[in-house]
Amino acid sequence: MSDVLSSYPLLLRGAWVTIQLTLYGSALALVMAFVFGLIATARSAWLRALGRIYVEFFRGTATLVLMYWFFYALPLVGARFAPMFAAVLALGLNVGAYGAEVVRGAVKAVPKAQYEATVALNMRPGQRLRRVLLPQAIALMLPPFGNLLIELMKGSAVVSLISIADLMLRAQQLRQSTGQTTAVFLVILVMYFVIAQVLQLFVRYLERRADIMLGRRPGRSARSPLDTRLGAAK
Amino acid sequence: MIWDWHFAGSILPDLLRGLVVTVEATLLGYAVALGLGLVWAILRRSPSRIVGQVVRWVVEFIRSTPLLVQLFFLFFALPATGLTLSALVTGVLGLGLHYSAYTSEVYRAGIADVPVGQWEAATALNLPRRRVWAGVVLPQAVRKVIPTLANYLIAMFKDSPLLLAITVPEMLHSAYAVGAKSLRFLEPMTIVGVLFVIVSVLSSFLLRRLEFRYGNN
Amino acid sequence: MATTDSAADAVLPEDGAAGTDGIRFDGVVKRFGDNVVLRELDFSVAAGERVTLIGPSGSGKTTILRLLMTLEKVDDGVIWVDGRSLSHMRRGDRLVPADEKYLRRVRSDIGMVFQQFNLFPNMSVLRNVTEAPVHVLGLSKDEAVERARELLELVGLSDKADAHPGALSGGQQQRVAIARALAMRPKILLQDEVTSALDPELVAGVLDVLRDIANETDITMLCVTHEMGFARDVSNRVLMFDQGQIVEEGTPEKIFSEPENQRTQDFLHAVLDQH
Repeated sequence: MSDVLSSYPLLLRGAWVTIQLTLYGSALALVMAFVFGLIATARSAWLRALGRIYVEFFRGTATLVLMYWFFYALPLVGARFAPMFAAVLALGLNVGAYGAEVVRGAVKAVPKAQYEATVALNMRPGQRLRRVLLPQAIALMLPPFGNLLIELMKGSAVVSLISIADLMLRAQQLRQSTGQTTAVFLVILVMYFVIAQVLQLFVRYLERRADIMLGRRPGRSARSPLDTRLGAAK
Repeated sequence: MIWDWHFAGSILPDLLRGLVVTVEATLLGYAVALGLGLVWAILRRSPSRIVGQVVRWVVEFIRSTPLLVQLFFLFFALPATGLTLSALVTGVLGLGLHYSAYTSEVYRAGIADVPVGQWEAATALNLPRRRVWAGVVLPQAVRKVIPTLANYLIAMFKDSPLLLAITVPEMLHSAYAVGAKSLRFLEPMTIVGVLFVIVSVLSSFLLRRLEFRYGNN
Repeated sequence: MATTDSAADAVLPEDGAAGTDGIRFDGVVKRFGDNVVLRELDFSVAAGERVTLIGPSGSGKTTILRLLMTLEKVDDGVIWVDGRSLSHMRRGDRLVPADEKYLRRVRSDIGMVFQQFNLFPNMSVLRNVTEAPVHVLGLSKDEAVERARELLELVGLSDKADAHPGALSGGQQQRVAIARALAMRPKILLQDEVTSALDPELVAGVLDVLRDIANETDITMLCVTHEMGFARDVSNRVLMFDQGQIVEEGTPEKIFSEPENQRTQDFLHAVLDQH
């Protein structure tokens, strides 16, 4: 165990890569989620279909398969990606598809009466969305987004399979150099757990802020673990 | 010609054999997840506060750490304790354990939905605890959450490629092997991607029908 | 496009042409599925008039307001507001379905107060009142705040400007909603059962505010209400609705004191018995 603990700089470097992947991946996922989630609420049937295709395709495929495809298959047709880029792309596109469903569901869940009030005040369609519907919808998105963020962080461990030196890969190296398999994996499991708890605290903080903005009593966040894996499945 | 149809055709049987292993591992893992998740959910309702809290954190721990790391842990750590299992069995256990954290939350919500009056009626009838669970609470709780549980079957299917890391010859593993041998990755990887999308989209479709059916009762 | 024929037959006045002020319904039909809510409805409201719509629930009163606010579309017939059709607009010599830009011009004259207030929970009381004046009318922030503070004073809520809507009582929320609608300086104010969602002790405060507005402005008012006392005080004319049609209309004195139609009599008995 002490061998493992004394190699902490190596593990910390790995953890930093994991955190970077999580940040970049979730930034991309967030953009994709809003773009395709809002497209799915559009009036044009073509736009809606486009949103549907993105969601069905990227929800339907596995992150690892996507990552292998970017990393191994696409270079053969001339598109060469740095491993880090392929990883962020795969994670972001995949989680973004779940996020798009969350965005769509949340925008639709804002009471229709709010929309009607924006019409009665003669707001432009863009203003309705930006000033009234989205601020309220974002409060609904936060709990499922929090779950997706954890999923993305966990999913980032697969990048070790395309030789990115994240926490998981560092653990592999350490296992080979020290031979202390059980200890190494226990330590990094705990490190992942800590990262996940910190991310959760961050999302809870945002949820509290949103509750205050909407004038709800703080600390009464409605987390639904049911929505975890598939975003809001319905 | 970048895409070689002839080559694609020739590797398809290999990939389909991989798909069979993928589906096998998913279904077996799912069975483990369904069973173990139920155990967690019932233990969380244990009269002992300590048991409830310990189980809660165990589940939280499993849920917030990566499946891949858990798989490696089982694959390398179990033999160290003298328990040697095949890669496939380890993979099935890993998948099942990981997803039991999710299914337990689903069961928990279902159990919480059973009206308090049902528990009280069971107590009034002086039913033994085992009968309360098996005869009264679970039948009501489980039925309601079947569609949600089914969602996790698809999620597991999509996580099953991770088993390649512990040398289970599932579909992505086969694709990688074919690619490494022939130095052509485009066809095997693309076919695997397409097969994944086909199977998941098909099963989502079936799932929506299932949801519709159970949603009506 | 069921409206095309009747709209084309009608003479289409120029935008804002003189003598066409106010609201006119021409043969308006509205269905929800198989349910016909309005059957060939004709009526008009002159500029500055205060008209109250009464009648049993489900008789189509609220639908009239929602059609005027363009929250619903007519199935047949035409609605005119200040000489502009709500369903069609001119493009060259042709009539084409109204687009959003055109509707925004029409809507700029109309305000609405809803039964459930519909305040924006993501904004303070003050911002609820300033948001649309700033971003729709293009007022400067200072102008909008000044206007909002005057209106909040009018509705008796000066001290609640920074409060959150959720922290107010239903009556207070509805008064904010009235201020919010007035901040847009509408020529027409639609009131959809504005007191129906309120606890009985909060009704009077809201009605007092509306009475003041009726007394001090020349805004055209179209009210759907079950408050017969308020209807009597405020309106010039009362329309009694049943099953999507006007069964009787007249001055409040006539309708409330000597209704001729049997259905009006039955309705008034039923409503007044509750009090």
